[in-house]
Amino acid sequence: MRNIWTIARREYKLYFISPVAYVVAFLFLLILGYFFFQGMASAIQQAAFQPYAPAVQMVISPMVTLLLFTIPAITMRLISEEARMGTLELLLTAPVKDWELVIGKWLGGFLFMLTLLAATWIFPIALNFMVEPGIDQGILLSGYLGLILMVSSLVAVGVGISALFTNQIAAFFVSLAVVLVFWLVRPESSTTGGLGTEIMTYMNFIDHYLNFYRGIIDTSDVIYYLSLTAVGIFLGSISLEIRRWR
Amino acid sequence: MIEVEGLTKDYGSRRAIDNLTFNAHAGEILGFLGPNGAGKTTTMRILTGYMPPSAGVARIAGFDVVDQSLEVRKRVGYLPETVPLYPDMTVYEYLKFMADLRKLADADVRVDEVLEIVHMEQRAEGYIGKLSKGMRQRIGLAQALLHQPEVLILDEPTIGLDPAQIREVRALIREIGRERTVLLSTHILSEAQQICDRVLIINKGRIVVEDTPERLQAGLSGAQRVVVRVSGDGEEIESIIASVPGVDQVTSTLDGAYEVECPPGEDIRPQLARTVIQAGYDLLELRLISLSLEDIFMQLTHEEPIPPDTDDSEVEVLELEVEDNFEEGQPSE
Repeated sequence: MRNIWTIARREYKLYFISPVAYVVAFLFLLILGYFFFQGMASAIQQAAFQPYAPAVQMVISPMVTLLLFTIPAITMRLISEEARMGTLELLLTAPVKDWELVIGKWLGGFLFMLTLLAATWIFPIALNFMVEPGIDQGILLSGYLGLILMVSSLVAVGVGISALFTNQIAAFFVSLAVVLVFWLVRPESSTTGGLGTEIMTYMNFIDHYLNFYRGIIDTSDVIYYLSLTAVGIFLGSISLEIRRWR
Repeated sequence: MIEVEGLTKDYGSRRAIDNLTFNAHAGEILGFLGPNGAGKTTTMRILTGYMPPSAGVARIAGFDVVDQSLEVRKRVGYLPETVPLYPDMTVYEYLKFMADLRKLADADVRVDEVLEIVHMEQRAEGYIGKLSKGMRQRIGLAQALLHQPEVLILDEPTIGLDPAQIREVRALIREIGRERTVLLSTHILSEAQQICDRVLIINKGRIVVEDTPERLQAGLSGAQRVVVRVSGDGEEIESIIASVPGVDQVTSTLDGAYEVECPPGEDIRPQLARTVIQAGYDLLELRLISLSLEDIFMQLTHEEPIPPDTDDSEVEVLELEVEDNFEEGQPSE
C-alpha cells in the first residue's frame, strides 16, 4: 500500500510542474466557462417569455463530453513516458509489484482529475446564487458522484493503454479511440434480443451515466464504472508483464 | 552471492545469452567483459528481476530471481546502462522517491549519506535535467547504493564520464566492493584490469574465459613478445634477429623498433643481445612485454585472428584511437 502512495504522490506532484497538465486543465475550465456563459445567456432570453430556471445539468453535461477528450491527454504519459526514458527499468527492478505500480499511476491521475473536478464547483455554486430558490442539490451530488466514477474508469483505461506503448502520442490516440468506442457502442436498432445486443447495451459508457444525471444512484451503474476501473488496471498489469517477457 | 546456472535468453529467434554458468561470492568484484551486443545487459536484466530467462536458474543471496523476485530486488542495487532519472525532479526529490519505494525507515539520512558518497551534496536541490552526464551517472550510482544492497549490479558504470570522474568512480566501486558483491559490465579492458577481482569474458552470449585479470594476462597469452631497438637500419637486421633460435616472428614497428614473438617460458633476450652486438650493431633497447588484455580480448572475441600479413603498425594506430575514445567516454559503436 505504501508503494502505491509513493508512486501516486510523485505522479500527482508532477502534474503541477508539467505544462501539458496545466494546458489541459486551463482549456477544460475555459471551455466549461464558455458553455456556462452561453447557457446563462440563453436562460436569460428564455426567462423573458416563460418562467425558466437553468438546472445543474447545464454544467454537468458539457463536462461529460470534455472528460472523454481530456483524460486520454492526462493519462497518455503515465507509463509510456517511463518506458521511453528508461525509468521503467528502475521501477520494474525496485521491490514494487507490477499492480502496485499500475494502481499508483492510476491513483496519481485520478487525484489530479478530482482536483480539476473540485475546481469546477465554482460553476454550480455561482448558479446556486443566480437562480431562485437555488439548484437541486441532490442532482448536483449524484451528478458529481457519477463524474467521479466516470473519471476513475477513464483514467484506469488510459493507464492500461499507456502501459502498452512507449510513445505517448500513440497511447493518446488509442485511448481516445477506445473511449469513443465505449461512448458510441450501441446495438443496431433492427436487431433485437440476443447476447450481443445485451452486451453492447451494457457496455455503453454514457447510458450508465444517465441515472446519475437524473439524480438516481443505481448500484448497477456504480458497479459498471468500478469494474471498468478494475479492467483498466488489470490490463495495465498484464502489459507490464508482457513487457518483461519481450 | 550470485549463482547462475545454464542461463539462456532468446529474443524471438535470436539467442542473446546461451547457457551461462558462473558464480560470484560475497565481497568480490566480478567484471563482465565483452563487445557490444555480447549479452551483458541481458544477463544483468535477468539478475535484477527485470525480465525472466528463457531457461536456466539464477539465484542472488539464495533467492531465485524468478520465483522470489521481490526478495532479490530488495537485495540488489542496480544501475542500468541508460541511467534511469527523472529530469523534472531535483536530485533530492529523486533519491527520496527511490528511498521511499524501498521503504527505508531513515530515508532522509540515507539520501544525505549517498549524496556524500558520490560527492553531490552541493547539487541536492538542483534539477536532474540540468546536470551533466557525469553527474547523472553519479546520481544513478547513488540510487543503487541507497538501501545498502548486498549485491550491486552496474551496467557500464563509467560510460560518459571524463577521465577524472572515471578514476573517482572506479575508486568508489573498489571501495564498495570490499564489503559487497559487485557485478559490473564494461567493454573497457583496462577498467576490468583495474577494478575487478575476476573477469568473465563473454562473446555472442557465451562465456569465453573466466579468470583473474593477472592470470589472464600471464597465462593465456600463447606467446611473449620482446621489443628490440637497434641503432642504424637495414633489412638485414630483421633477418639477423630472425636467425636467433626461438624467434617465431619478427615485425618492425612504426617507430623503428622490432617486435619479436617467441614461445612462453623461454627467455631469448641474452642470446638476442649477443647476436645483435656480434653483428656489429648497437643495442639501444631490449624489453619483454606481455600480451595486453586488449590483445587477449581481440583473440578471444574474434573468431578469426588478425591475419599475420596485415600491416601491424596500422592496426596498432587504430587500437590507440579506440582507446582514446573510451577514455573520453564516448561509446564507439
